[in-house]
Amino acid sequence: MPTLANYLLASGLLFAIGLGGVILRRSIIIIFMCLEMMLSAANLSLVAFSRYGLIHGQQNYNAQVLVFFVITVAAAEVAVGLAIIVSLYKARQTTHVEDLDTLKF
Amino acid sequence: MLTAAFWFFATLMIAFGLCVVLLRNPVSCAMSLVMSFISMAGLFVTLDATFIGIIQVLVYAGAVMVLFLFIIMLLNLKEEKTRRLNFGATLGGGLVVAAFLTLLTRLVVSNPAFAKTLPPLTGTQADDVKLVGFDLFHYFGLPFEVVGVLLLVATVGVIILSHRSLR
Repeated sequence: MPTLANYLLASGLLFAIGLGGVILRRSIIIIFMCLEMMLSAANLSLVAFSRYGLIHGQQNYNAQVLVFFVITVAAAEVAVGLAIIVSLYKARQTTHVEDLDTLKF
Repeated sequence: MLTAAFWFFATLMIAFGLCVVLLRNPVSCAMSLVMSFISMAGLFVTLDATFIGIIQVLVYAGAVMVLFLFIIMLLNLKEEKTRRLNFGATLGGGLVVAAFLTLLTRLVVSNPAFAKTLPPLTGTQADDVKLVGFDLFHYFGLPFEVVGVLLLVATVGVIILSHRSLR
């Protein structure tokens, strides 16, 4: 039977993979996708805690409501972020992160 | 059977997550991420969170990733050209990820409260949507309305960002 630790380790591993993708990849779209993966891994952690923390024999639904909100906010963030990326591409004609250095010291 | 389902979906999720980070073609990465989200929805169903699992497939895999694929095809992104790797940055990134993983593993494995197996639920699976809705609208009505306003703001923002300036 899977324990809570199994779910948390799976969620943490996916989060670490997403973190590695955000740090190591060089294309903005891929970085954004890995960011969504990190958010989703946190959702898995929340749902696992919701299932394993029972109140009077029922799941603790507060965590699932939080997952609902996180999914909604992530969808809004993706929409706005992709609009920004499209504007950036129209201005610079590149999606490579190292070419976007106007704020660099 | 729950153990087999957990290992199947968890292995698929991690494998497709690795594919997102390692593949070069952006469309392949997006499709791998879709498969990762669907595997995660399978994990949600093993956790008796059927409403959240369906919402994950509908919103994340069905809307967010479709939007990603639209943008990838709109910008006509080719494979990522590898430039000269900044060795210090790559090493630093790898160290950060490794540190996070070791910390998390030691924390999770050493805590006895995390070692409990799945406790039994009272109530049926069909009550899941009703109970989530009850909690959402009974105790979280204000955040629900605020999130609605947030979605409106995001929509207006996207239209403004993509609007060509009128001369």
